[in-house]
Order: sequence, then structure tokens, then C-alpha cells
Amino acid sequence: MKVGVATSSATEALFSNPMRSLLTMLGIIIGVASVMVMMSIGEGAKAQIEAQISSVGANVLNLQPGNMNRGGRNQGGGSGRPFAESDVVGIGELPFVVAATGVLSQQANAVSEEANWVTNIQGGDAGFFEVNNWRVSEGREFTVQEVQGGAAVAVLGKTAAANLFPGGRAIGERIRVNSVPIEIIGILESKGQSGGGGMGMDRDDTMIAPLSMVRNRITGGNRWVSRHVSRIQLLVQDGYDVMQAQEEVTALMRERRKITPGDSDNFAVVNFADMIKQRAAAAETMSMLLAFTAAVSLIVGGVGVMNIMLVSVTERTREIGLRMAIGARGGDILLQFLFEAIALCTLGGLIGMALGWGGVFAYAQIANAPMMVSPVIIATALGAAASVGVIFGFFPARRAAQLDPIQALRHD
Amino acid sequence: MTEVRPIISCRNLSKIYRMGDQEVRALDGVDLDIHAGEFVAIMGPSGSGKSSLMNLIGALDRPTSGEMWINGRALSEMSRDELADLRNETLGFVFQQFNLLARQDAFQNVRLPLRYARKDVGDIDARAKECLELVGLGTRMDHRPMQLSGGQQQRVAIARALSNRPRILLADEPTGALDTKTTDEIMHLMQDLNRQGITVVVITHENEVAGYASRQIHFRDGRIESDSANPDLERATEPRQAAGGRT
Repeated sequence: MKVGVATSSATEALFSNPMRSLLTMLGIIIGVASVMVMMSIGEGAKAQIEAQISSVGANVLNLQPGNMNRGGRNQGGGSGRPFAESDVVGIGELPFVVAATGVLSQQANAVSEEANWVTNIQGGDAGFFEVNNWRVSEGREFTVQEVQGGAAVAVLGKTAAANLFPGGRAIGERIRVNSVPIEIIGILESKGQSGGGGMGMDRDDTMIAPLSMVRNRITGGNRWVSRHVSRIQLLVQDGYDVMQAQEEVTALMRERRKITPGDSDNFAVVNFADMIKQRAAAAETMSMLLAFTAAVSLIVGGVGVMNIMLVSVTERTREIGLRMAIGARGGDILLQFLFEAIALCTLGGLIGMALGWGGVFAYAQIANAPMMVSPVIIATALGAAASVGVIFGFFPARRAAQLDPIQALRHD
Repeated sequence: MTEVRPIISCRNLSKIYRMGDQEVRALDGVDLDIHAGEFVAIMGPSGSGKSSLMNLIGALDRPTSGEMWINGRALSEMSRDELADLRNETLGFVFQQFNLLARQDAFQNVRLPLRYARKDVGDIDARAKECLELVGLGTRMDHRPMQLSGGQQQRVAIARALSNRPRILLADEPTGALDTKTTDEIMHLMQDLNRQGITVVVITHENEVAGYASRQIHFRDGRIESDSANPDLERATEPRQAAGGRT
């Protein structure tokens, strides 16, 4: 088949009636724009979730007291009887646990010589840093001895450090937290927005201090449990099945909390990575929905293209007859109209891509989400448009190709 | 003498159209031979079957019954694509309404058959230019049909028909839309082409136009009424076997 003559007649036809071409392309434009937006948002969400999983760690388990559902009523996480430090030790002795830490946390008012800042103080064991995969970028972490001795030292998150010490130098300085003087010994590396626990939270706006010091001097003790901790975090050995670990930890804690078999747990073992994966699945569903919308508008656009191509074939029946009379084969005519449909759709695709790009950019600005426009997305969007051209252009093109030369020539 | 194979040959050719429950015999058992180098005028009133014959000779339509050969090949045995190639390589068409592509200039119009050619035709552009010069439009190559007079448009159409160096030029009322003076020009051009060896078949109902042909065939009711050499033509025509038309 003669490709050259088919492409040149196709582009010529496209620009001979620009308004009609544009209106025909509208459906494709919208379809491709939504494909772009859909895929970019999906990719962005996926990348964000992956980043969160890697920042939390896929094999970290969290224990919270308080049954989520007691007697059919949600009591809220952490509302039940807290854990004790002995529980942390017990869990730490499980063979697959690499590190474990108890956590006690509270909002606290921190005062430096320069500034005043309300932040979240978290008491933890020396294992806190390893479990949370959170390392200091300056200074040092507190030691096991400091935790046992209840040393008044703390490591600051980036945001807290920046607010308490706008001048810069923080290590070695003293701050007061609820009037307790505390020495800053390190600054944590940045974790960024929105950790596994809460959405949109600044994880760097925090302060980590030895657990015993926090309990003794800041939060105070618990009426029922001595040396209590409000949460336990543990790191499961690499390669060990996290679900299995979850079951074993649950079994141990049921025993330690003397829950009779058959009764429901009064604590919860939560896998952050699992939660994030659930969110990822939700995002996936959303993506599917958008993909469906995009597919529908591409189909509608395709039907529009088919319609206008049928009109075009009818309008140009005489031209088709003439082309056949001077030696065009059916295949040449087929290719000409197929190319016209593909050109129409691809041009619409390009315009749609420009619009989609704008939409993605706007979304990224408004939602403060990362903007992901990859070559794969561009190729998919354009490929989708061209495929619509092939699929919906084929029927009108075949119709043109099958015209009887003499009847086409006589058509008026 | 040796029997020269005719370039166009029809045997018992019929074309029957159905209009509702009525049958119209546009062609009714026509036998006709046209030899290479002839200039044939096919005449007759409208409805006599001359256009139907032209469509069959042009491989644009298939007969209801009968057989025809062009350049020695039986058309009934050829596929759609083969017929398209035959139209492209062996036949050149000139229509009453010129049938030029309005959005393309003269040069592009003339080039079109060459672009559909499957065999190697060499330098397409040079050949298109050559053909336009041959019909005296070398200076108007970039004019669109709208910018040309009727006679000029028909010259472009002739140039287009010639671009693939056809053996047969088929013209269906080529001067039907032209005035007398332009008609003369166009027919002279066809005569020139015929002298260069191209077989020309012209359909017309005008005696002046038929006067340029060396052989005149009259149709009536789908049959050949008469078939004779043009007595008024001064030019001596090559001897030929007058294929008998059934009258």
C-alpha cells in the first residue's frame, strides 16, 4: 500500500476543515486529558505511599492498648489499660524481634533561650531509633544507660529544632519542657510530612527523650500500671513473616495480660505497612474509577470520530471514485481514511495531553502532591488516542475502500 | 497477414440494471474489437449504452455477462486490486466534469496516479511536470482547479491521464462542459496523443467531436448500430481489421 499518498491526503483533509476537526477531537481531548490526570495522580499516590512504607518500615509492628471494638462500641485506640515496661522486655525476648521500644508521648511546651514551641515529646527506649528507622543527622542518640538512669536529654526533630533554635546551634543547649530542664544531644534526620500514623502530620515536629525520664518528670505515672508505656513498637527480623510475628506477639500479650481463651483482645497489634497498603488499595480503586471515566470518554470520543469519518466518506465519495479510477487500490483508500482518523485522534491526543499536563500541574499545586508525568504516561495517553483512531476509524475506512468505483464516481 | 491482437476486445458483452422489477439492458450482447493506435468515437443518444460500455472498458464496472480483454488480459479473471492496477498502468481517464481534486494544484493532481503506481515510475515530479508541459500548462502548475478555465482544467485532467503513460485513453464526453473553441483545442490535443501511439476512445454525442476520430461507432438500445471509418477524416489511418459490430 502506498503510505505516502495516504498520509498526505489525511493531513490535508484534517486541516481543510479545522473547526469540524476540533469539535470531533473534543471527546478524544477530554479522554486523553483524563488519562493523563488519572495516571499522574495514581503514580504520585503510589510513589508517596511507597515512600511512606520505606520511611515506616514494612516490618514494624505497633501495639496499642484498648480494644478497637468492645461490646460493639468503639472505645478508641489506646483507651484501655496501658502496657508495662516488662511487656516491652518480654516482647524483646521473642526470637524474631530485632528491637523493641515502649513509647509514651504527650504534647508539651518547650522553651529555649530563643523561642517557645509546643511540640510532641515522645519517650522511648534506646531501641526507638532502630525500630523507627530514624537516625540522627547531628549529635548522637541517647544510650541504654541514659534511659535506665532517666537522663534529662533529648533528640530534636528538624522542625522542632528549627523553631526552638532559629539561630541554628542546638546541640549542647538546654531547653525546658514543662519546666524540666533538658539537654539537646542530637538532631534527627528529616522524615517529612505525614507518617504512617496520621495524615498530613509533620513528623519532624517532635522531640525524642528517654522513656523513664518522660514518665517520671513529664507525663506522670499510671494509676493501675507501674512503669507503664502507652504504645509498644517492635522491629521484626528481615525475612520473617510479619503476619506470623503479629500472631505470636498477640499470643504473648494475651498471656501476659491474662486474657482467657475465647475473650477478645484488649489491645491491638497494628502493622503500619499493612495500613498503608490498604490506603494504596483505596487509591488503586480511585485510579480504576478514573480509568473507567477516561475509557468512557475515549469511547464517546471515538464514536464521534467514527461519525464524522462516515460523514467524510459520504461527502468525498466522488473523490474516492476518482482515486479508484486512476488506480488507487481498496487498500490505498482504506489507509487514507484510517490515517485521517488516526491523525485526528493523535492531534486530539496531543491537545488533550497539553490540557492534562496543565490539570496535573494544577492538582499538584492545590493538593500539594508530587507531580508525576513520566514518559510511560505520555506514551500511554498518545497510544490510547491512536488506538481509538484505529478502532473507530477502521469501519468508515473499510466502507470507503469497499465502494464500487463506478457508483462512487457517479455519486453527487 | 498476421492477426494483430486487439488492445480492447469485447465478446457478447451485456450489462443489465434492475430498476425495481424492471430490467434495463444497457448493453445487449456487444462484440467489439479496438486495435492499438485507433482513435474511436463512440456515439449514440443517451441511454444507448455508450457510457455503460465505457465503464466496462475502463474496468470500473463488471459486465452482467460476456467477456472482455484489455491488453490481452481477461477482466473477469482479475481481482479488485488487479483491476485497480490495470486502471493505473494501462488506462487513462478523462471525464466530462474533469474530476480534479479541488484542494490540490495542477501539479499535485497530475502526480496522483504516479503516487498510486506500484511499479517503479522513476522521478514522479519530473514526469508530472513533463505531462503538464505537454498539454501546454507548464506555467500554471501551482494553480488550483478553481483558478483555471474549463479548458485548462480539462488539460490538467488529460495530463493526469497521461502521467502513467497509458496505452489507452478513455474520454467520456470530454468536451461536454466546454465551448466550441476549447473543444477544438482539446480534440486536437487528443489527436496529437493518438498520433504518438495512444489508443483513444471518446464517448460523445457531438458530431464535431466524433469528426476527429478515425473510426465511429454508433450505439442504439445497447447494441452497435453502425461501425465505420470516418469518411471525413483527411488523415490516412493505418489499415486495421474492422471488427464487425452486430447491427
